[in-house]
Formats: sequence, C-alpha cells, structure tokens
Amino acid sequence: MIPASFEYYRPDNIAAALAVLEEHGDDARVIAGGHSLIPMMKLRMADVPHLIDLQDVKDLRGIKVAGGTVTIGAMVTQAELISSQDIAQAAPIMHEAALQIADPQVRYMGTVGGNIANGDPGNDLPGLMQCLDATLTVVGPNGERDIAAREFYEAAYMTAREDDEILTKVSFAATEGGYAYEKQKRKIGDYATAAASVLLTKEGSTVSTASIAMTNLSDVPVFSEEAGAALQGSSCDTDAVKAAVAAMLEDIEPNEDNRGPVEFKRHVAGVILSRAIERAWSRA
Amino acid sequence: MTKHHIKLKVNGTEHDVLAEPRELLIHTLREQLDLKGPHVGCETSHCGACTVDLDGKSVKACTMFTVQAAGTDITTIEGIGTPDAMHVLQEAFREHHGLQCGFCTPGMITRAYRLLQENPTPTEEDVRFGIAGNLCRCTGYQNIVKSVMAAASELNTAKEAAQ
Amino acid sequence: MNDMTPDREERKANLKGMGCARKRVEDARFTQGKGNYVDDISLPGMLHGDFVRSPYAHARVKSINIDAAMALDGVVAVLTAKDLEPLSLHWMPTLAGDKQMVLADGKVLFQGQEVAFVVAKDRYIAADAVELVEVEYEELPVIVDPFKSLESDVVLREDLDPSADGAHGPRKHPNHIFLWEVGDKGATEAVLDEADVVAEETVYYHRTHPCPLEPCGSVASMDKVNGKLTLYGTFQAPHVVRTVASLLSGIEEHNIRVVSPDIGGGFGNKVGVYPGYVCSIVASIVTGVPVKWVEDRMENLMSTAFARDYHMHGKISATKEGKITGLWCHTTADHGAFDACADPTKYPAGFMSICTGSYDIPVAYLGVDGVYTNKAPGGVAYRCSFRVTEAAYFIERMIEVLAIELNMDAAELRRINFIKKDQFPYNSALGWEYDSGDYHTAWDKALEAVDYDGLRKEQAERVEAFKRGETRKLMGVGLTFFTEIVGAGPVKNCDILGMGMFDSCEIRIHPTGSAIARLGTISQGQGHATTFAQIIASEIGIPADSITIEEGDTDTAPYGLGTYGSRSTPVAGAATAMAGRKIKAKAQMIAAYLLEVHDDDVEFDVDRFAVKGAPERFKTMKDIAYAAYNQAIPGVEPGLEAVSYYDPPNMTYPFGAYICVMDVDVDTGTTDIRQFYALDDCGTRINPMVIEGQVHGGLTEALAIAMGQEIAYDEMGNCKTATLMDFFIPTAWETPHYTTDHTTTPSPHHPIGAKGVGESPNVGGVPAFSNAVHDAFRAFGLRQSHMPHDHWRIWKTANDLGLHG
Repeated sequence: MIPASFEYYRPDNIAAALAVLEEHGDDARVIAGGHSLIPMMKLRMADVPHLIDLQDVKDLRGIKVAGGTVTIGAMVTQAELISSQDIAQAAPIMHEAALQIADPQVRYMGTVGGNIANGDPGNDLPGLMQCLDATLTVVGPNGERDIAAREFYEAAYMTAREDDEILTKVSFAATEGGYAYEKQKRKIGDYATAAASVLLTKEGSTVSTASIAMTNLSDVPVFSEEAGAALQGSSCDTDAVKAAVAAMLEDIEPNEDNRGPVEFKRHVAGVILSRAIERAWSRA
Repeated sequence: MTKHHIKLKVNGTEHDVLAEPRELLIHTLREQLDLKGPHVGCETSHCGACTVDLDGKSVKACTMFTVQAAGTDITTIEGIGTPDAMHVLQEAFREHHGLQCGFCTPGMITRAYRLLQENPTPTEEDVRFGIAGNLCRCTGYQNIVKSVMAAASELNTAKEAAQ
Repeated sequence: MNDMTPDREERKANLKGMGCARKRVEDARFTQGKGNYVDDISLPGMLHGDFVRSPYAHARVKSINIDAAMALDGVVAVLTAKDLEPLSLHWMPTLAGDKQMVLADGKVLFQGQEVAFVVAKDRYIAADAVELVEVEYEELPVIVDPFKSLESDVVLREDLDPSADGAHGPRKHPNHIFLWEVGDKGATEAVLDEADVVAEETVYYHRTHPCPLEPCGSVASMDKVNGKLTLYGTFQAPHVVRTVASLLSGIEEHNIRVVSPDIGGGFGNKVGVYPGYVCSIVASIVTGVPVKWVEDRMENLMSTAFARDYHMHGKISATKEGKITGLWCHTTADHGAFDACADPTKYPAGFMSICTGSYDIPVAYLGVDGVYTNKAPGGVAYRCSFRVTEAAYFIERMIEVLAIELNMDAAELRRINFIKKDQFPYNSALGWEYDSGDYHTAWDKALEAVDYDGLRKEQAERVEAFKRGETRKLMGVGLTFFTEIVGAGPVKNCDILGMGMFDSCEIRIHPTGSAIARLGTISQGQGHATTFAQIIASEIGIPADSITIEEGDTDTAPYGLGTYGSRSTPVAGAATAMAGRKIKAKAQMIAAYLLEVHDDDVEFDVDRFAVKGAPERFKTMKDIAYAAYNQAIPGVEPGLEAVSYYDPPNMTYPFGAYICVMDVDVDTGTTDIRQFYALDDCGTRINPMVIEGQVHGGLTEALAIAMGQEIAYDEMGNCKTATLMDFFIPTAWETPHYTTDHTTTPSPHHPIGAKGVGESPNVGGVPAFSNAVHDAFRAFGLRQSHMPHDHWRIWKTANDLGLHG
C-alpha cells in the first residue's frame, strides 16, 4: 500500500496554510494526525496532490477553560484530551469518549480537529459535539466564522466547512450534572456499532436538561432533540427512558455493514442509549 | 516530486535523510537507516508491528510520512537496549515467554516501554488496555502481559533501591 | 578415579533436557529487533515486484495494455500470462492435483487474482506502475455459493474438460471437483434407520484465513554466472518448494537453494506456493538481478490461502440411554477458484474422517464434495492438521445436538461414549488407528477443576433469574473433548506432490563436545531451536545450551517436508531422537574402548557412559566427542555424527478437554468469557513453558475464529473483510485469561512418546467457544446457529428465540 506522490507543505501559521489551500483548491488538503487520511492515501482512495501539515501551527494547539467555556485547539490530540485535568473536570464526558477512540498509538496522533472535520460518520467526537452543542470555528480566505456543530454535518464526509477553510478550534460550555459516553464495538480499534453521548442535569429528582446524540447510526452524527425532550421533567424512570429511545430511533438511519444489519443496529442503539442514560443519571 | 532533506534523531544519532514526501517513516527507518526491528504487518494502522517511540509518543510508523517526522527524536527497538545492556522489558519477554514468532515483538516492547513511562505501576487491566494497539497472533497475550507486569515490578524495585 | 560430583540430578538439570522449561534461545534476537524476516533481506541491485489484481470475481480479460506502465521511469518489466506461457509458467500445479493460474490467462476467477506483475526499481515506482497497467474486463456471472455452483450453467473452469475425471475421480458437474467417500454408507444408513434416536443438523464452519502477522513474500536471486537460483521466502516447507521450483523452472534441483529465514507466523498460510513466488523467480531470471515480492495485508487476506468453508450435514444416532450407534456426514466443501488445498495427496478432504472424534462409534460414513466457486483458492490447515478442526467442530456440535435430542447432560453423554483406555490402540469406523488415550481421566480432571456441577447449578439459577426479568445475561458452559490426528505421516499413506511425508535430522558433535543439528522442518515461532536441542540433550547427554539448531536452508539441512499439521515434534522430533540414538550407539563403542571394557559393559548415565557396577569409571560425552576426532579407535570411523530420516509408523493422537464459561448479553450480542480451562494431553512434554505458550496462542486464534473472524463475500464476489478493521483479530483487551492443565499419555510408537501440541488449542478451542454460546441458549430451544458468533449473529439468535420480548 503505497500512496501516490504529492507536494508537502508545513506552514507555521494559519495564513500560510490558507494560502496553499487557496492556490491549489481541490488539489490541496490539510493533514492533522493523518490516521484517517494516510490509510486512504495508501489505498489510493484519496488523491491529494498538495498536502498541508498543520503540526507547526501553534495557534491550533491548547486546551483552555475560562468563564465556563472550554476551548480546544483543532490540533489537540486525543491523548492530550485524556491526560488533561481541565477536560476531566470541565467535560468528563470528553475524557470518557476519548478513551474509547481507536487505540493508544492512534490517540497519540489523532486530533480533535481531524476527528471532527473529516466527516467520517464512524468518528466518535462528531456525535459528542452534537451532545455538547459545541461551536466549531473555521477560518478561510474571508476570515473566521463559527458554525454550530449541530449544523456542521451534511452527509458522509460532507460538512459545512468549505474546501478552502480550516477548522481551528471547538468550544462549548463546561458540562454539569451526569454524563456518559457508551460505545459498543467489535474490538479495540473499531468504529462504533452504536454509541451514545448523554448529558443530564437534575433538579431534585427530575431531569432538568438532557442532551442526547448518537454515533455511526446515520451518515452523519445524530443529535436527537426529541430524545432529550422525552427525559426532561421526568424522573428518568423506565417509561421516560423508553420514550427517549423511541424518539432517538425516529432520528437515526443506520446502514448495514460488517457490524450487522439495520434491525440489529437499531436495537443495539436503543440498548446503548438506555444504558448511557442510566449511567448518566446515576452520576447526575 | 521534490525530495526533501529531513533531519531525524534516531536512537540518539542525528541523521539527514533524503526522501520524497510520500515516503513512509517505516520505509525510511527500515530501508535508509537499516533499522529492521520495526515491521510492516497491516499497513492500515491496526496491528502496531511498526510501532516506534517518537517524541515520547508511541507511533505507528506505517501511518506517518517521514517528512512529518522531521525534527523529531525517535527511538526504535534497536535503541531501547543493547546486546550488552538489554532493557528490563527485553529480558522480561524472554523470561516469561512473551514472544513466539517475534514479528510483533519489537513493536510490542516499544509500546510497553512508553506505557511504563506513563504508568510505572499498571494493573493487568491497564497493560491489556495499553497494548491494545499491538496485535499478536502467537501468544494470546497472556505471557506478554505477564512480561510487562514483571518488567514494571523490576523497574520499580530498582528505582526504590536507588532512592 | 573420576570425581563423582556433581550428582546425577544436578547433571541432569545442567543438560536442560526434556521436561525443562528452558528459556528460548531465539528470543535474544527477536527482542532486540534483530530477526531476519523476508522483507528484511536486501540484495545488491534488488528490484521490487507488485501485482495488478482483478477487481472482479469473474470476468474475461479482454486486453492488457502495459505501455504506460513501461514508460514510467524506473519500471523494468511488466509480466503477463503471455510472457509466462513460453516457459509453461502461466499455470502451475496445486498441492491438490489441480492447476492454478499464475497470471490471468484469458479470465479471472476471483477478486484479487493476479493479472500482471510489475517489476521496478523500488516499491513506490512499482505501486505507481500498477496503477498505469490498463486491463479491459468483461464481467461474467459470479458464483459465491457452492450449492448454487453445482446447479449453475455457468462454467467456472473452462480450462478443464467437463467430462474428464479430476485428480480424485469422476466429476458430476463442470464446477464439481471430487466426491471423496470413507466408511460404510449402507451399514451406517441401516443403523440410522433402526435407531432409537437420530439427531440431524447442518454445521457450517465458515471461511476464514490464517493471517499471520507477517504476510507472504519472497526474494529470488538468479545468478546467471554460475546458474544458481537462490530463493528466500516465507515457506513452511522449504525443501518441497525447492523440488517444485525445479520441476516448474527446469533448473536442476542442485542449482536451487531455498532459504526460509525467520518466519513471522505461518499457521498454514505459508504452506502453499503462490503466484508471487513464481513471478519473483521469473522476474529474476528475466532481469538477471534479485527481485523481491512482499504482499500487503489486503493481498494476503484476499488472495493467499483461506481455511475451512465446510458445509457439514450430519446425522448421529443413539440408543435412548445415549450410547452412540452411528454417524453420517456429508460435506459440501467450497474450494474457491482452484483446488489448492494443502492435504496429503490421497486425502482430498484431509483428515476430515477423524470426525468420529473421541467416541466409540461402531459405524460411520463420510462423503465430501469439493466445489469450485468465484472465491480465492486455498483450503489450508489453519493451525490444524488437514481439516481436523472441521472434523472436531462437527462432532462436538453433533454431540451437543444429540444431548439436546436425548435431553441429557452433554458431559455425561461424552463420558458414556468415550473410547476406553483399554481399547487403545483403537481402530475407528473411518479407518484410523488411535495410538493411545485416557479420555475418562482427563475428562474427570477437567470437570472437577471447573466445578462442573456448581456451574450447571449457577446456570440453572441464571435461567430462572432471566425468566423473572432480573438479568439480561445468560450463561453458557462450553464443553469440548477433542482428539487430534497429527504427525503426518506414514509415507505409505501420506505424500505431498509425491514426496513422502517423512522428516529428518542430522546431528554433528564437534570435538569439544558441543553440537549442531539441522532438521527438515522450519520454525515459525514454535521455538524449535530451543526444544529440539532439549531432545538431543536428553538423548545424548550434551547440554542443550551447547547445541545449535538450524533449519530452513535447503543447501545445508537434510530434506524434510516442513512444519505444519503439528508434525514437527511427532516426525522431525522422532528423527532427532533417532539420530541421537545412532550417535549414542557409536559413543558407547568409543567409551568402551577408552574404558578398556566390552561395549556391553558400559551403560549410559545422563551425560556419560559408565562401567556397569563401577559408576566412578566413566567417560563423559565431552570426553567421547574429543576422542572421536583425536584418537584412532580400531573398527570405528573418526567423527561423531548421524542423520535420521524418520518415517513414522502411525500418526499421533493428542487429545484434550476444554471448558469455556461465558456470559452472553442477549440485548447486544456481546459476550464475556469468565473462565477458560484447557487440559491438554500431548504425550511426553518436551518444554512445558513452550507448550503453555502454544496453548494460549492457539486458544486466542480459536477465540477469533469462533467469535468474529471470517472471510466474507458479497453476491458480486467482493471480499468484505480484507483489512484488519473488519477481519477480526482480538487485542489483549478482548482476550481472556486462560488456565492450562495436562495429563500425560505418551504415544507408544514415538521414540520419546511425544504427540505434538501446537494445533490442539485451535482444534479444541473453536468448539469450546462455540458450544458456550450455544449452551447459553439451550434452555430456550437453540439447537444450532452458525459461526462466527459476532455480536449481531448472537443478537439474531436471541431475537429468533423471542428473547427480545
């Protein structure tokens, strides 16, 4: 498995990266950790004549928690997420999810930005971004703009980011209450058969807010507003969980693959979500 | 395509290699620098046979271009121990029969080396989770886990003795 | 007067002979990254080969245009079938009496088939050139189902005369390869007709792949000056490769040197001869420089030898008390596009006829139909001895199904049908002579070790709790008692391409008392350099640490049939012992001469010969070795060496009892293996540490196969599982902890009583895992479901049984 030839650029600032993108248009792509892109290039399923390596762009690094907002640079690796005390405190669901991505070596290289921007429905962080209602910041020739994560994904590998834009950071409000990232997979290193992100807050014995998103169950990550709504105001009892699952099932559209047929995935999606809600509630 | 001059520090030695951008790090190490310890097993970053230590991270060298590694400090299995001073992990793998055909072994030991730097007192579960990016077809992992646990314990004993 | 210290036990321990958990001598180089695998070989001026492969499973090749590829700077040659035809190398014989295209000759028959071979200055240029070869295909109807194949009008193998017999007799359809029958069909059917109880079931053992971590490859180097071809490669049988290479190329065999360097796991994948090997040889002959070919993982999974793919339809009859009276099996075997199964010539379905298992079954019948489909060829013994895994899986499923039919406990059903200790040597209804066994002792030990009765009690409670809605997890107890048949084999029965399946060992003792031994086998991780030295140490009293073991270079090693089918210990191990005994016999004469007594007046004692009744008068093996080279001894030639070619009188029959305890989540189809107990009886144990390692590894391969690993195709013949994302290989995280145990029942006919163990855990492990899944659902009416038991298939089982409410 040998990739086709390409020209390599390693800019140390965003403007320089954008300039290469502008010059080569569709023929240029940015590379972050490369663990999705390089295998595709090696299989010659991705043709990238101009490859722009973002590792030296310092502005894309760093995790910041300030004023209740968590901001993560696009080039922050999954390993950095896992070892970050800030993340563990401000968004423990992200710590939990990051541990379930791929394997240790891949997590050293794999980045937040790559995982989110690639648009692969199998990736874990896009679903999590839905759940967190994150804001994705991209920068392009016309400057910077924010896109709501819930508006970002259009189809598999198709996102609201234009080809000449680069994802620079993600931000979201520090989480409160209970959380869970529940993922069923065939083995370590696999994409999810079904995964659920759940954030819950509690007032007394009832659910005050609930946010629910699903991974790898459609060609885009699925934010299920209705599923969250089904829990709000309930005591997170069996009926409420069932209603949330039913609402979620209205929103997903899984495809058959080697992990199993649609009927199975829908069933497992329900089970995984119930378990995620249960775990999140126990932590709320 | 233009070849690039790429500076790499490998096992303590500075190298300046010439490679086109698409050259994979595993091929530079194996074919230009004659470090045949890291192996190619799956080519899609699933098996870990090509694992090297790069700036303190375990990295699959089949899924990185050499140009990306410019300026980094790399340790391969050849740099982890020497015939006269084998690393504790290398001794432990032999002592506890942590290898059979040997093809996964360099990547496995290189990964375990980093794991023990990050977590010097792992549980069995930590070890199993920590080496899950490395596949072995021969051993069923049980003796690999045993080897890593034994090496951890030995390293800790040595550390305590030194203090 | 000699010094009598150290004492006997100490001297024995110093040898590190048989029974010692000797640390491996191979490990120093592997742990330091200093192994020498085929892709590590780099020769001056070496070129790299790469294949253009078919994207279609069945298509006519209309044209191949190599112009653009040849125009690329650095491309040296592009070979197609047309180039190989004048050399008669566009097709090659398979191990199963069929022939196989080396490069597509007019059509392609499976996805990934080799179409053209590009040779270039480096692997990057070769890969670019592959993209530039233009092949025009005309798609043809694809057949992926062997049953449909036998009814189809589509003829897959147009090269074969449809009315002519195949290598194994008449063919009943153009897509039919053979019907192989063993046993008494009429008598078996008569017994089934009269029986109290008959259980009937179809047991499918799916297609999978050995997938060693190192893929296949070769480096061919034709030296045109002296006419010598050197071929390095991933060969489990280097000597056979030399003979085949000679027959194919016309180069005289003495001018071919085949070397198997270190091999990164084989598991049967590296037994066959692949187009890549042939093309690297041809390309080296054409270019006059060395040519390397190393496949990538996708090529490995898509084109080199698969394993299994047996549809086994069975009937087993019994009295109402559970005594088995007969066994009937018809198997439809999907061989893919070419019959390239690696089996001894007379056994087109390998040793599938060991399918009566560990049970005393008076009458049996087996029929196997081999069928062509548009899938990759192969049919190798993936960590097993020629279809023994299929046989063991079949009988161990049939026993479970019969237990359900009889409403009996499956452990008890096994016990009352085991061949008894005093029945050995036992002649099975399908023609095998089991050498030795003590099944009842092993079974009782295993059941006691896991507290079988306690497990059944817990399981019953779990079922009740499940019914009450208190849990969604069921518990399965997977039982297996397997008997293997390994160590092929007696030359009178077993050959590969006409080569009798003996094996060999040559031992040379050096003047200072150390030694080198060379064998016809080749280790792929089994640790031969460690264990064969232990056999010699015990046989002739030289410390194992003073013995070098070499294998894999056909210029230096004696001819042997190689390492697969657990045959190294049973056959080459026996040759080693026999060669050692020849040396010992000569040593005895030398010792007697040195001690000035008659030959019969000295006796061997661990590491020396001593005068009978006067143990203080002795000569150590070291003294004797020195004398053999430095002293004129009347009537005795100088030197101390021997070679043995061992033709085993029979196979060996290792056996074992495995028990797997598993929790099954009916809602997600996930499983949790709580406990796995493996008792193996491999006869005399040479190195317990190595044996235990083999068992762990084999069980993990069994886990993979039973729980998720498969080579799957869609209707168009596209391989759906060609990367390690989809081809299931468990990581340390998914792999359970194993408990190993043993009994020891030596083989009566093997010189040291050893039987072989490498493949037992795969043979016994697969039914143990699978039976655990089935057993979890037994209380809810499950009889049979198909492997691999991945999450969705387990979920579907639960769903079909109505367990999802």
